[in-house]
Amino acid sequence: MQDDAVIRVIAKVMIPAVMLFALYVQFHGDYGPGGGFQAGVIFAAAFVLNAMIFGLNRGRHVWPARLNLLAICAGVLLYGLTGIASMLLGANYLDYDVLGATPQSGQHIGILLVEFGVGLTVASVMVALFFTFAGRLTHIRLMAKMQVHEEADQRKSKRQSESKKKRAHK
Amino acid sequence: MSGFFVNAALISLLTLIALLAIRLHRLFAVVMLSGAFSLVAATLFVVLDAVDVAFTEAAVGAGISTILALATLSLVPANEKPHDFAFVPAFLAFATAAMLAVAVADLPAFGDVNAPIHNHVAPDYLQGSAEDIAIPNVVTSVLASYRGFDTLGETVVVFTAAIAVLLVLGGWTRRKQDGEDDNAR
Repeated sequence: MQDDAVIRVIAKVMIPAVMLFALYVQFHGDYGPGGGFQAGVIFAAAFVLNAMIFGLNRGRHVWPARLNLLAICAGVLLYGLTGIASMLLGANYLDYDVLGATPQSGQHIGILLVEFGVGLTVASVMVALFFTFAGRLTHIRLMAKMQVHEEADQRKSKRQSESKKKRAHK
Repeated sequence: MSGFFVNAALISLLTLIALLAIRLHRLFAVVMLSGAFSLVAATLFVVLDAVDVAFTEAAVGAGISTILALATLSLVPANEKPHDFAFVPAFLAFATAAMLAVAVADLPAFGDVNAPIHNHVAPDYLQGSAEDIAIPNVVTSVLASYRGFDTLGETVVVFTAAIAVLLVLGGWTRRKQDGEDDNAR
């Protein structure tokens, strides 16, 4: 797929648009359909498309494994810490009323933070899953190649030991 | 009346896709059909005015799930193995379907105002959302604020599932080391 000019050009045009749409779904979730879950999946789709068209290695280059694991954890942490923050300000866990000047603005801030946490986790989880599944193929091929090499080595050493035995016999 | 025809068309399309997916043995076609199934299901949710659910179904079911299934398909043979008709699973599936059909007869009618679901906390949420939360999308206010604990639980479920998959399939940090070892040789 990497060599097809049409697919490459279309993908290059589409990927930023997909990412922008994901951000719109993320931050417009208060006003229209959408929210963290959907936005996360759409955002991940942009990276999956990138990896499919330009190869897994380049895909991993733009979203490294370490950053990905951090992002998975950071999303859940952001959600949990929003709850802790409202506790520290004297309300119940995940009661956003106290986060802003008025209860309504507090709710707004709380929902925005929580949804961003959800989006972050979902997006990085989806990218991680795709990379893991797609990476299995190279892994399996690598293992098969190593097995072939090992078998060849074993045969070689077996032959050598046999010829040594023969020599000793003589 | 037109609503009835739209629903009937969509549900028969869903049934047709499901039957085709069972009949076909080319796994690529089955994956594509499951994507199409999700898309039709999403349309059905739009007809039911559940746009948020439809959005999720289209993005997750038709989008990412199909891609993950395709990525998995590159690791397995292209065709399903031929096998005999499996009686026990078929019996279990039909028995479950029959029980569900019986249970559906007991459900309150669609949109019934006296249904228990509309008389528990839902009225409070619908009436209170505009004043308490002051955002137009009630689904978001229920999901992120009124039911914040549930959504936290869902996020933790996604997190846990991902960690489990990464542990089972090895993750890529480990594989990178393998690759480096291979290059060093």
